[in-house]
Amino acid sequence: MDDYYTTDRKMSTMQDTKIAASGVQVYYADNHAIKDVNVDIGDKTVTAFIGPSGCGKSTFLRCLNRMNDTIDICRVEGDIKIDGEDIYDKKVDPVQLRAKVGMVFQKPNPFPKSIYDNVAYGPKIHGLASSKADLDNIVEKALRRGAIWDEVKDRLHAPGTGLSGGQQQRLCIARAVATEPEVLLMDEPCSALDPIATAQVEELIDELRQNYAVVIVTHSMQQAARVSQKTAFFHLGNLVEYDDTDTIFTNPKDPRTESYISGRIG
Amino acid sequence: MSNLLIIGIVLILGAVGFLLGRQRALAAAGGDARNLHSLPKYYGANVGLNAIVPAFGVLIVWLLAQPLLVNANVSGMLDEGASAGARNLLMADVRRVADGLDTAVSQGALTAEGAANLGTDTDNVREILADVGVALGSEVTAQTLSAAQRYRAMSATGNIWKTIIVIAASLAGLALAFMVTKPSFRARNIVETGVLAVLIFAASIAIMTTVGIVLSLVFNTIEFFRLYAASEFFFGLRWNPSFSGRGGGSELGIIPLLWGTLYISLVALIVAVPLGLFAAIYLSEYASKGVRAFAKPLLEVLAGIPTIVYGLFALLTVGPLLVEVFGEGGFLGVSWMAGGTAVMTAGLVMGIMLIPFVSSLSDDIINAVPQSLRDGSYGLGATKSETVKQVVLPAALPGIVGAILLAASRAIGETMIVVLGAGAAARLSLNPFDAMTTVTAKIVSQLTGDSDFASPEALVAFALGITLFVITLALNVFALYIVRKYREQYD
Ligand SMILES: Nc1ncnc2c1ncn2[C@@H]1O[C@H](COP(=O)(O)OP(=O)(O)OP(=O)(O)O)[C@@H](O)[C@H]1O
Ligand SMILES: [Mg+2]
Repeated sequence: MDDYYTTDRKMSTMQDTKIAASGVQVYYADNHAIKDVNVDIGDKTVTAFIGPSGCGKSTFLRCLNRMNDTIDICRVEGDIKIDGEDIYDKKVDPVQLRAKVGMVFQKPNPFPKSIYDNVAYGPKIHGLASSKADLDNIVEKALRRGAIWDEVKDRLHAPGTGLSGGQQQRLCIARAVATEPEVLLMDEPCSALDPIATAQVEELIDELRQNYAVVIVTHSMQQAARVSQKTAFFHLGNLVEYDDTDTIFTNPKDPRTESYISGRIG
Repeated sequence: MSNLLIIGIVLILGAVGFLLGRQRALAAAGGDARNLHSLPKYYGANVGLNAIVPAFGVLIVWLLAQPLLVNANVSGMLDEGASAGARNLLMADVRRVADGLDTAVSQGALTAEGAANLGTDTDNVREILADVGVALGSEVTAQTLSAAQRYRAMSATGNIWKTIIVIAASLAGLALAFMVTKPSFRARNIVETGVLAVLIFAASIAIMTTVGIVLSLVFNTIEFFRLYAASEFFFGLRWNPSFSGRGGGSELGIIPLLWGTLYISLVALIVAVPLGLFAAIYLSEYASKGVRAFAKPLLEVLAGIPTIVYGLFALLTVGPLLVEVFGEGGFLGVSWMAGGTAVMTAGLVMGIMLIPFVSSLSDDIINAVPQSLRDGSYGLGATKSETVKQVVLPAALPGIVGAILLAASRAIGETMIVVLGAGAAARLSLNPFDAMTTVTAKIVSQLTGDSDFASPEALVAFALGITLFVITLALNVFALYIVRKYREQYD
C-alpha cells in the first residue's frame, strides 16, 4: 500500500469518537441477532461493516438511529452513545435523533412523489429552506452529491418511483444527504450501481468524511478497502474484529476474518 | 324417477368411472405410474368427468325443454278463440289440476289408472282434489280435465325418456372415455381443459345474469317511454303519481327523486368519510396489536347489521332526537324541522352504516403501503403524523378514493334507511331538515300494493331503476379510472 495513503488514514483515525457502543445485544423475539458488540466509531471517519449475509450488519446499523424501534419484536439492550449522550435514554426523541443520524436503506425506497419532492421532503420537515429558491438549491446540491443530477435535471417532477433501481438508490442517497445529517448510515448503497456511479458515490462518501461520520455496509471488500479508514467484521452476530482497514485487510488477527476476506467463508 | 335420484345415479357412475379409468391406466402401464403421460388420478378424473358432465348437460336441457313442449302441445287443445291472456289463465288451471291429480295418486286417494280415466260427468273432481288438500277455485270443466290428463300423460312419458337418455349419456361418456384411456393419452391436459370450461361457465353465468337484468330493465323502460314522454321524465320537476292506475294526469319527473338521493348520499358521505378514514388511520398506524384485534372486528360488526335495523334506529331514535334539537320548541329554538323523517335523519344513519365500509377498505389499503416507505420517512427524522400525512396517505390515495366511491354507490342504492328515515314526499328543497325521498324508495312504493304492471305508474320503476344503474355504473367506472391514473403515476 502506498505510504502517503497510509499516513492519511492514520491521521483520520485520530479523530474523536462520535458513536460509542458497548455491550449491545439485539433480539428479534427469540433470535439473538447481535451478541455483545462493543465498537467506537470515530468522527470524520468512514467505517465499513463487512460480513456474510445475515450476520447482523443491517441490524446493528439500525440500532444507531433507533430504526429498530419500528419493529415490534425487536429488543435492543446495552449502551449506545452519540456525542456522549445515550440515545436509548428516555429523554431522547428518536425523531430528532434520526434527523441527526441519516440513513440510506438496503432496499431503495423512494416515496411515491416526484423526484424533487423526494429530496425536498427532509429539508421541508426540518425547515432547512427559507425560500423556494433556497429549497431548489438544496435539492440540486443533494442530487449532484448523489451523482444523479445530470440524469434527472430535466424531469424533476416525474415520479421518483419511475427511476431505475440504481437511480432510485442514488435518489435515496441524495434524499438522505439533503437533511445534512451529522452521521450517515449507508446500508449497501452501491449494490445496484454500475462502476461509474459507484465511483461517484464513493467520491461523495469521501467528501462527506470531511465533516461527518459515515458508516457503510458493503459486500465488496474492494469498496471497503477503498473508502473506509476503519473496518468491522461481523460474523453470526458477533463483532469478530474491528481495526484500521489496512490492518484488517493485510494482517487480520482472527482466523475467521482472514478466511472471509480471502473468500473462504461467506 | 325423480331428478334427485337421476343425479345420484349419474354421480355414482362418475365415481365408478373414476376408479375404472385409474385402474385401466395403471394396468396399461404395467402398474408403474411413471410410464403414463399423466398421474393415474387424471385418467380417473377424465373418465369420471365424461360420465358426469354430458349427462348433466342433457338433464338441464331436458328440464328446460320438456315443460315448454308439453305446454305448447296441451294449450293447443284449449279454446281456439281465447286470447293469449285467457289461455294463460286456463293453462294455469290445467297445471293445477294436473298437480292435484299427482298429489291424489301419491296419497292413494286415486289409482294411477283411476286418475287417467276420471271424467267430469261421472266424478266430482273438485271434491276428490279437495279431499287431498288441493283447493280449486271453480268446478273443473271437461276440457280442463282432459287437458290435465293429457298433461300428466305427456309429462310421465317425458320423465321416463329423460331418465333413460340421461343415464345412457352418462354410460356412453363413461365408456368412450374408458376406451381412450391408454398410457400416451394426455389425460392431465384434458382434465385441465375441463376445469377451465367449468370456470368459464361459472363466470359466464354471472355475466349472463347481469345482462339479463339489464335487458329486462331496458325493455320495460322502452315500454314506459311509449306511455310517458322521456323529456318529462328526465326533466320534470314534480313527482306526483296519480293513484288511480291508468287514470293519467301523473307527473313522473325524476329530478326531485335524484335530488333527494344525492342530498342524502352527500350527508351520509360527509359523515362516513372522515370518521371512517380517521378510524382506519388510527387502527392501521397507531393502535396497538391488542386494540386492533379488538376494535377492527367490532367495527366490522356494524357492517353486518341489516339495513332495516338501521332504518328503525333512524325512525325511532335519531329522528326524534333531531326534532328535539332542531324542531319547534327544541333546544336551539329554531324550528327548522317539522317531523322526525328528514334528509338529515336518513343521511346521518346511512353515514354510520357506511363507516365500517370506508374504514375497513381504507385500513386494508393503508396496510398494503410497504413498510419500507414508512422506514424511509422515519429515517429522515419525520414524526409519525408527518409520515402518515405525507407518505402513507398519498401512497394509499387511489385505493382510498376507490373505497369512497364504492361507499357512494352503496349510499345511492340504499333503500330501507331511506324508506323509514327520510319520508315519502318528493321535494326539491335545500333544507336538510325537510323530508325528502329517493329513487330507491319510490321504486318500492310504485311496485308494492295493487299496481297494474302495464300502467306508466308501475313501469316508471324500471326507468328509475335503470337510471340508478347507470349512475352507479358511471361512478364505478370513474373510480376505476382514478385508481388506474394514480397507479400509472406511482407504480
Ligand atoms: N425484521 C426482522 N424480523 C425478524 N428477524 C430479523 C429481522 N431483520 C433481520 N432479522 C434477523 O436478524 C439477523 C440479521 O439480519 P440482518 O438483516 O441484520 O443481516 P445482514 O448482515 O444485514 O445481512 P445482508 O448482508 O444479507 O443484508 C438474521 O438472522 C435475520 O433473520
Ligand atoms: Mg443487510
